[in-house]
Amino acid sequence: MTSTVENTVGRPLGRIEGPAKVTGEALYAAEYPVKDVTYAWVVQSPVPRGTLNAVVVDPLTEDDDVLAVLWHGNAPGLEDAGDPELAVLQSDRISYRGQAVALVVARTLEAARRAALEVRLDIAAEPHDALLRADHPELYTPEKVNPDFPAESRIGDVDAALAAAPVTVDVRYETPALHNNPMEPHATIAVWEGDDLLLYDSNQHGPGVAGTVAAAFGLTPDRVHVINEHVGGGFGSKGTARPNAVLAALAAKVVGRPVKLALPRQALFSMVGYRTPTMQHIRLGAERDGRLTAVSHEAVEQTSQLFEFAEQTTTITRHMYAAANRYTGHKLVRLDVPTPRWMRAPGEAPGMVGLECAMDELAERLGLDPIELRVRNEPDAEPESGVPFSSRHYVECLREGARRFGWAGREHRPRLRREGDWLIGTGVAGASYPTMAQPSTARVTLGADGTASVAIAASDIGTGARTILTQIAADELGLPASDIRMRIGDSTLPMASVAGGSSGSASWGWAVTEACRELRRTGRSEVTFDTSELIAQQEKDGKHAFGAHFAEVRVDTVTGEVRVSRMLGVFAAGRILNPRTARSQFLGGMTMGMGMALHEEGVLDSRTGDWVNHDLAEYHVPVHADIENIEAVWLEEHDADVNPMGSKGIGEIGIVGSPAAIVNAVWHATGVRVRDLPVRLDKLLPHL
Amino acid sequence: MKTFEYTPATEIGEAVGALGPDAAFLAGGTNLVDLMKLGVATPDTLVDINRLPLRDVEELPGGGLRIGAGVRNSDLAAHPVVRRDFPVLSQALLAGASGQLRNMATTGGNLLQRTRCRYFMDMTKPCNKHEPGTGCPAREGDHRNLAILGASEHCVATHPSDMAVALAALDATVHVTGPVGDRTVLFGDLHRLPGDTPHIDTTLEHGELITGVDLPAPSRNSAYRKARDRASYAFAVGSVAAVLDTAEGRIENVRIAWGAVAHKPWRATRAEEALRGQAPTRENFLAAADAELAAAEPLRDNGFKLALLRNMTATVLEGLA
Ligand SMILES: Cc1cc2nc3c(=O)[nH]c(=O)nc-3n(C[C@H](O)[C@H](O)[C@H](O)COP(=O)(O)OP(=O)(O)OC[C@H]3O[C@@H](n4cnc5c(N)ncnc54)[C@H](O)[C@@H]3O)c2cc1C
Ligand code: SF4
Repeated sequence: MTSTVENTVGRPLGRIEGPAKVTGEALYAAEYPVKDVTYAWVVQSPVPRGTLNAVVVDPLTEDDDVLAVLWHGNAPGLEDAGDPELAVLQSDRISYRGQAVALVVARTLEAARRAALEVRLDIAAEPHDALLRADHPELYTPEKVNPDFPAESRIGDVDAALAAAPVTVDVRYETPALHNNPMEPHATIAVWEGDDLLLYDSNQHGPGVAGTVAAAFGLTPDRVHVINEHVGGGFGSKGTARPNAVLAALAAKVVGRPVKLALPRQALFSMVGYRTPTMQHIRLGAERDGRLTAVSHEAVEQTSQLFEFAEQTTTITRHMYAAANRYTGHKLVRLDVPTPRWMRAPGEAPGMVGLECAMDELAERLGLDPIELRVRNEPDAEPESGVPFSSRHYVECLREGARRFGWAGREHRPRLRREGDWLIGTGVAGASYPTMAQPSTARVTLGADGTASVAIAASDIGTGARTILTQIAADELGLPASDIRMRIGDSTLPMASVAGGSSGSASWGWAVTEACRELRRTGRSEVTFDTSELIAQQEKDGKHAFGAHFAEVRVDTVTGEVRVSRMLGVFAAGRILNPRTARSQFLGGMTMGMGMALHEEGVLDSRTGDWVNHDLAEYHVPVHADIENIEAVWLEEHDADVNPMGSKGIGEIGIVGSPAAIVNAVWHATGVRVRDLPVRLDKLLPHL
Repeated sequence: MKTFEYTPATEIGEAVGALGPDAAFLAGGTNLVDLMKLGVATPDTLVDINRLPLRDVEELPGGGLRIGAGVRNSDLAAHPVVRRDFPVLSQALLAGASGQLRNMATTGGNLLQRTRCRYFMDMTKPCNKHEPGTGCPAREGDHRNLAILGASEHCVATHPSDMAVALAALDATVHVTGPVGDRTVLFGDLHRLPGDTPHIDTTLEHGELITGVDLPAPSRNSAYRKARDRASYAFAVGSVAAVLDTAEGRIENVRIAWGAVAHKPWRATRAEEALRGQAPTRENFLAAADAELAAAEPLRDNGFKLALLRNMTATVLEGLA
């Protein structure tokens, strides 16, 4: 093998599957042509709490096309798969509104849908509680928060330090329930071949889904084959098997034919996870020069009756800024609501709203440039663990952003810039996201013609993973990218970790790198490499990506409408493997951050226990017209400690801090601090 | 979705004749088909009116316009005479929905689109508009974008259209043909307030087909302004359509309509009265808006609409003065 081929890592390769996607050739889960397929439609609970006594099908409306109406009274039993949300149609207990209580299977989609409207549910409803309150009597501190952090951390004496501090901030910020809403809904086609199960399923982790569904049906994982070749987004909500996969498999078993189940948009709000609302209390104490003496960050959040999901909202505060006295904590309450789950940057995204808006409030108190305030609180090592950072270029991001954005000379007092009816302001906030890698296995095979084939059960959820892995393999083997055949999206390929935690490229790329290196080293024509041992030896603390967000907004004094004129994100996120796909990830995260700041909100009706704006006409995300000028840039960073590519995760950091930059800019424009997101005209108008 | 028959019609008489008691006219389908999927609308037959000869915009003697009921929102917004003589209408249309929706949406369908009240759009919820007497959960529930004017204890829904607000300010008339013949309805009489029959949106009888909308003489000095929760592709949380003519420093002619405040496009007649003959100043505009808003009865979460409408009305009129 020769290395005369130019490196492809670091170059803006277009997505390999791009042409297939734009021509419609790429197949998504529900699109596979499957012979004799039948269709399922979910019946969801109309009450948040109670007992389902019966599902009654009126014989008069019975339809020849309907094959089965499944509910706990007639559905086959399932084994415990470790996630109570997957114990579908197993019990009479109703734990939240929108829970799947029955499933109609029919020869046509129309018949399934029609029958689902017509079945009668005999339910004994019970009083419920779906409303998160900061003073809820049943709040408790969980043992751990996700993925495995202590719920609390305490260093020094925060209360004493706050009492002694010459300048303090004591504020509460709230973020609403947010819904992942990937473009492609959760969908599954289930096909039984004897005792073997084939699932075309839209998910972020084929092997994980295979293992979980196998467990539910009492099978060994190798009996379940999951194909997720193309996935239209997930934002965390497809990280594990969702009820659609189990329901489809269950139904296919009963009717003896393949079953297709694609959830309608409305069901995505309750059946597949969402980001918990948070109520945060942030207290900062500082010297007059801005040096923090105390940082306290507490979060109140919800989980369901079924499952304790503890969002790690304040853990990011453990490593952002230096301060001798520190407290972070989480309190949960179990409500009659669907179980919250992961949504892009779980923990970091809501947590940095609280922390970075509070930092802005502190800068205001001090009369200090908010960038300077952050720079003065730069720690030497992780403030709580004491572990040195493998690399940290936070200050450089702030400085570079300031230069590009034109921050110098900013008047830090609010409400001083006006153009016609518009008030104009700018804001800044920090960003950070943990750098992780998880064990994965890759197989590399050299062909007789000199090309190579690489196999790994990775999932490309639209991020460009397939392309990046191809680039990595090409460089390691010294081949042009066009000579690499990359096979992913199939659980029978060598085991890969989840497309989550911004760890896909790191985890899978690591396995691909090692497999290629071993192949070259040994001269063998096929090598399979498992990174489990390497990753087990790695120091986990001190590894983070950093960044800084800048926003310029204008607020219409006539209506209170907010428009974002400019957004800039500057990132130090290790080596950027592909600037084109990386830019998309950063911009996508920042756009979602704008949604979090200004638009997105699951509006709960606590009387019915559901989010009443459960479709994309009413649940607003930013549209093109909201994005005027948005830019993402990055610093050169190569962190050899994190993985052999020197890369850090980039899928989530864009949504971390960008909401705070916008909220801070709104204050700078108007002098109004809106502390409950989203910032909408009704919250601003009375104060303009 | 309930099974239904589909009947395309090519002639007006045929369409009206084909409409049975549980049938509905299908225009662009952008509202009706959504409601059918949700189970809110359950027609047994769709009479497709897209092939009727109702797709023209004609100039009338005296400078008015006759807009066919089948004219698409995009075509109407782009029509040169509309842009020149009725800018408020063009602006209102372009402020609505998205390009794709406007390409499908028709003049008739836009007028008859139903409320976006989130309980109405969900058949698992009680709602007096689904079935009178079942209750109005919006009143105590989610109503941030519902009515502040003309509502009743039975329903606080709003009419969601932008176009209709402009037509209200333009003194349009609506041509209707039905089983018992043709008639003309003044625009202000087309939509109803909810009262104790909130399930009835308009004064049309079942089976009556809108064939067109007439606009009287040009209103060149007119404008539309819409406030919304994102820059595009969002229904109004408040909107103002206004026409203003002044002579010798006095207001001669003023017509103001508000959107997203009531069960119908709201003609602000009290504000108009307060302004006629007055000087076109910001103070007078604000006072006029206040005169109209005196009757407002905001709910827990929509009181912000008072300040919104007040500000927008004054600003739009100032822009025209
Ligand atoms: C996501 C989304 C966002 C939107 N945003 C906006 C917005 O911002 N502003 C706005 O104004 N609108 C908005 N709309 C609504 C859109 O404007 C309407 O759906 C559209 O105008 C309806 O027209 P249509 O021709 O498709 O009507 P259809 O859906 O075909 O019909 C609507 C109703 O009118 C009846 N009908 C239609 N034509 C006639 C006729 N000639 N005579 C008698 N009855 C008739 C039908 O039977 C039906 O009951 C939005 C819609 C969607 C889905
Ligand atoms: S406001 Fe009207 S449409 Fe909405 S719930 Fe009440 S009755 Fe139904």
